[in-house]
Amino acid sequence: MRRFADLSRALLRAGFAESLAYRAEFLVWILTTNLPLVNLALWSAVAHEAPVEGWQGADFAVYYLATLVVRHLTGAWVVWALTSDIRRGDLAQKLLKPVHPLWVLAAENISALPVRAVVAVPFALLLLHAAGPDRLASGVLPWFAAALMIALAWTMTFLVMAIIGTCSFFVESAYSLFEVWSGLFMVFSGYLVPLQLFPEWLREAGRYLPFRLMLSLPVETMLGRIGGAEIAEGLALQAAWVAVLWLALRAFWRAGLRRWAAYGG
Amino acid sequence: MIEVRDLVKVYRVHRRPPGVRAALRSLVRRSYDEVRAVDGVGFRIEPGERVGFLGPNGAGKTTTLKMCAGLLHPTAGDVRVAGFVPRERRPEFLKSITLVMGQKQQLLWDLPASETFALNRAVYDIPRAQYEETREELVRLLEIGGLLSQPVRQLSLGERMKCELAAALLHRPRVLFLDEPTIGLDVSMQLAVREFVRAWNERFGATVLLTSHYMDDVLALCRRVVVVDRGRLLFDGELAGLVRSVNPDKRVVLQLSRPVAASDASMPGAAIVEHSAARLVLSVPPEALQAVVGHAFARLPVADLVVEDPPLEDVLRDVFRRSRAERESEAAAQRAK
Repeated sequence: MRRFADLSRALLRAGFAESLAYRAEFLVWILTTNLPLVNLALWSAVAHEAPVEGWQGADFAVYYLATLVVRHLTGAWVVWALTSDIRRGDLAQKLLKPVHPLWVLAAENISALPVRAVVAVPFALLLLHAAGPDRLASGVLPWFAAALMIALAWTMTFLVMAIIGTCSFFVESAYSLFEVWSGLFMVFSGYLVPLQLFPEWLREAGRYLPFRLMLSLPVETMLGRIGGAEIAEGLALQAAWVAVLWLALRAFWRAGLRRWAAYGG
Repeated sequence: MIEVRDLVKVYRVHRRPPGVRAALRSLVRRSYDEVRAVDGVGFRIEPGERVGFLGPNGAGKTTTLKMCAGLLHPTAGDVRVAGFVPRERRPEFLKSITLVMGQKQQLLWDLPASETFALNRAVYDIPRAQYEETREELVRLLEIGGLLSQPVRQLSLGERMKCELAAALLHRPRVLFLDEPTIGLDVSMQLAVREFVRAWNERFGATVLLTSHYMDDVLALCRRVVVVDRGRLLFDGELAGLVRSVNPDKRVVLQLSRPVAASDASMPGAAIVEHSAARLVLSVPPEALQAVVGHAFARLPVADLVVEDPPLEDVLRDVFRRSRAERESEAAAQRAK
């Protein structure tokens, strides 16, 4: 336990220092993750004329601001790092350490969270101010559940990104796989359009897929749009997906290492 | 400490001719070749030994080192390092080795090297007191005290390599795999790294397996060499033995006080290797040495005379040339059958 704490602290410290070192990159990242704000303006304008499926302008505002917060807190940027490490041979240095490289990557990503929160928290405040308590979930339990969902959503995102990155062991470039994933995510996670505006059959189809669980679920919980049973179901689905993704990643990783050529150097 | 038996590594390499048509064809149907990067190599290294691992580019040196360090899974054969099977990559194994690659680095690029050191302390679970002591010793031996607070990207190549060595040795590994640690460094920095490796080996009794294209590294550090080419073992033994067996001739190096004609420079039993206005280098069989030296003093304006072994580069070139010629004749004989 002491070793675990000591190691986590050291990894987080180095990761935090690194995320601050890349100032320009960080600024670009902040600017590019603000797509929900564009959607917010778009849908608010549409709803200004008349409510869309019962959603008014303020509902859209709250939804996209909550989306922005969740997105900031659940982002994991592993595909690029892993792909580059595998293809250029830099993974060698990480494999020489008595700590699993994926664990190091996870710590690096988590350590960037406080820096991201600097952006996300002011938006959260703005959200509360804009919405008023009647558009947000009431009581401690939904917020506690939402926090847990965000943690699980981050874990799912990390695992999916790591699986895609690990595909670089087998295919020339994993970026195209990421593009495919990204396209599906945009549609089925509620990132572009709230899932509640989807036709019933499409919403049902996306219910058990990982996308909704990674974004829309915590947002719906924060906005009080789902109740106790659905919250419990959502958490259970998230936990199940984490287990499946973890097993898949472990299998991919082991198979990949066996055939890795460690080029370079 | 290191035991390698019948080690084989086969890579599957995608081949594609140049051009758009070939690129399109390779989308549908790919052709692969098998490359035997390591082909039945075996050797054994005792604790505390310093061994040079030599061979031209593509000989299989780095692939062998990577299999010894657990980075690559062998296609066939056995490797044991410090009692462990490297490919299993157990934490105890990884704590007992280090692999320094002159062309790859572990230092965090945008942070001072001291941050990587602190991270490695936690990663290798080094007790604080031992960490402080080792760090101090490394800083003193490598003279890097003034460099530790600068971002790594602002250090020169040599300074970076010194910090890299320090980062790689903080956990006091028992086995050091050094893959071209002096590549690209200037002469004084090469000397500093060399001296450091020797001092570290003598201080902690660490086993060292070193590859380098700079023969001075090998001459200064290793009494024993393992020579490979095209994945196969060509020689394993004392460096002096290699020189004697391949090219027993001595080099007689003469500094001349005035130029001499080529006809005057040639003498029975000696071959001219180099001849300029101020310098004459002869290759002489041991049995003719006395006569040639006497002859030189008697007939040439000698300002200085040194007798030495032929350069290791030349010896190795001969080894590789002979081995390749043998292989080609073997292949020709097989084709003839």
